Amino acid sequence: MPIQFSGKPGLVAYLTVGDPDLQTTHNIALAAIDAGADVLELGVPFSDPLADGPVIQRASERAVKNGTRLHDVLGLAADLRIQRPGAGLVIFSYYNPILRFGLENFCAAAEQAGVDGVLVTDLIVEEAGEYLQALHRHRLAPVFLAAPTSPDERLEKIAAASQGFVYAISRTGITGAQKALNADAEQLVRRLRRFTNLPIAVGFGISTPEQFAAVGEFADAAVIGSALVATIEQAGPRHAASSIARLIEGLRGVAKEPAVPAR
Amino acid sequence: MAASATKIAGRFGPYGGRYVPETLVAALDELEHAYAEAQADPDFHLKLDSLLRDYAGRPTPLYFASRLTESLGGAKIYLKREDLLHTGAHKINNCLGQALLAVRMGKKRIIAETGAGQHGVATATVCALFGLDCVVYMGEEDMARQQLNVYRMRMLGAEVRGVSSGSRTLKDAINEAMRDWVTNVRTTHYLLGSVLGAHPYPTMVRDFHRVIGREAREQILEKENRLPTAIIACVGGGSNAIGAFYEFIPDKDVRLIGVEAGGRGSQLGEHAARFSGGAPGVLQGTYSYVLQDENGQIALTHSVSAGLDYASIGPEHAALHDSGRAEYTSVTDAQALDATLRLARTEGIIPALESAHAVAECIRVAPAMNPRDIVIVNVSGRGDKDMGILARELKLSGE
Repeated sequence: MPIQFSGKPGLVAYLTVGDPDLQTTHNIALAAIDAGADVLELGVPFSDPLADGPVIQRASERAVKNGTRLHDVLGLAADLRIQRPGAGLVIFSYYNPILRFGLENFCAAAEQAGVDGVLVTDLIVEEAGEYLQALHRHRLAPVFLAAPTSPDERLEKIAAASQGFVYAISRTGITGAQKALNADAEQLVRRLRRFTNLPIAVGFGISTPEQFAAVGEFADAAVIGSALVATIEQAGPRHAASSIARLIEGLRGVAKEPAVPAR
Repeated sequence: MAASATKIAGRFGPYGGRYVPETLVAALDELEHAYAEAQADPDFHLKLDSLLRDYAGRPTPLYFASRLTESLGGAKIYLKREDLLHTGAHKINNCLGQALLAVRMGKKRIIAETGAGQHGVATATVCALFGLDCVVYMGEEDMARQQLNVYRMRMLGAEVRGVSSGSRTLKDAINEAMRDWVTNVRTTHYLLGSVLGAHPYPTMVRDFHRVIGREAREQILEKENRLPTAIIACVGGGSNAIGAFYEFIPDKDVRLIGVEAGGRGSQLGEHAARFSGGAPGVLQGTYSYVLQDENGQIALTHSVSAGLDYASIGPEHAALHDSGRAEYTSVTDAQALDATLRLARTEGIIPALESAHAVAECIRVAPAMNPRDIVIVNVSGRGDKDMGILARELKLSGE
């Protein structure tokens, strides 16, 4: 299972698949991996992304409009698996597109494509019974979100149900850049460590090399989402892949070397 | 999807549940506990009952519509007059209940979504009454077509935030309210206005509206000494309908008829008839019937009435539909407009366009019924807010 983090911190790159188009996402994904992303979150566009800020909302809207489907996301994953066997691939979705595809069909197709894990934004552990069974049958890692508002007993359940890594949300709120990293993030990671030996990735609002390096002080990986999506939006289809490569290299450049395993 | 037992909290058959970002779970748990404590506290009920009586104007009359009955020539028709409540619709029942809960939880900031603006006005009203900060999210399309209610909310001191994403209607307003809540969850109560969203909302909001059916049952027994043949209510999210239906669910001979928005055609995007055009799925916190395309993208909807213009339906209605205990049908924009005019001219009552869908269904079914049959129509709101649309559609002169 290639979900592993080489740098300190490791880098998880979120992309809305199909923004601006499928072929460009493919190019961007390859560039991101080559620039040092350990894990890609392949975002399934959804009409009603209620956990997302304006940047990812707009990307999702563009991708839905050009007809990008879950089927296409799985197709992209299959291509990437062949072209970059060492990259971690996680499908990142709201629940409804997966339900519509069929839980079992989806998991079978994801396994076939060589996907490593699945993260569903609006699925909490208490509702995940059948989902977890289906993921386990197909050797897919369930990744759950932990929030600053989650009490310890929930963190324990989240940690127990997760594989690959646990995604710690840096603050209460929706996705999108912020000026300063919240103290909530470090505290949450510290609380989570009591319940798991899995790597912990911190996401939401990380966009600068300084923030990226700061996350490396207390977590195993940082998730970069809106910053990438905004860069793609500004660069346009022709320059998107090279801009993403530069952005990721820039984040990596400031991060501390060498790679020391978190635990 | 787990077809779990009905007994699981927040499940109605397989429907309902809690499909939300993790950040909100603690707040939903807090709300669930606060509600359970309030339910067990006689003081909470005393306060709520007194507000419902002295402030909102309960009980509302059950009125025998003799001229409508005569003109249709079938069943005897009664109207449950929720339109006579303070703020002009049933929505105040739920808002008073949730505002008391917010005060108990120590939350001083209230957010809400609104479609037709009736829930927004009721929310702004209770916030003024309890001295709470109030932000209401409303789709820009709905702001344009329900402008009177925008003014009313602002008059009451609420901040109305227009939502320009998606179809710029109720669904998009809920997305924006959820985004606000997830950001300000520690200080803010989300005063959700229908039997939608994550547990405990569908159960709690239904409980706050049960008073509609409880009163109607007593009133019809007093007037007619027997139960009605049918109860008819419009269904957007379905709060007025579940409130009207709930006390009659054990009375197996009473037909429960929910009326969805048939809009202007049967193609996806032209209506909000979730049972005929939708499939089970997850939208905005709950598992229920959802209008969606083959890829699971939520469909656009259309209705002349903003309050019914929504892609999903309360999960308890989904369960009542599947079990066959309630029937669901739809009427078109044109039928709803005709029904509005007809009720105005026969009874001197201008219903909200939402409620007019229930009146239209009554007009359709009552003539074939026996004069011994009794139909109760829940007139969930009044039509003042719709005068702009009515003037245009019915070509009323203002000169």
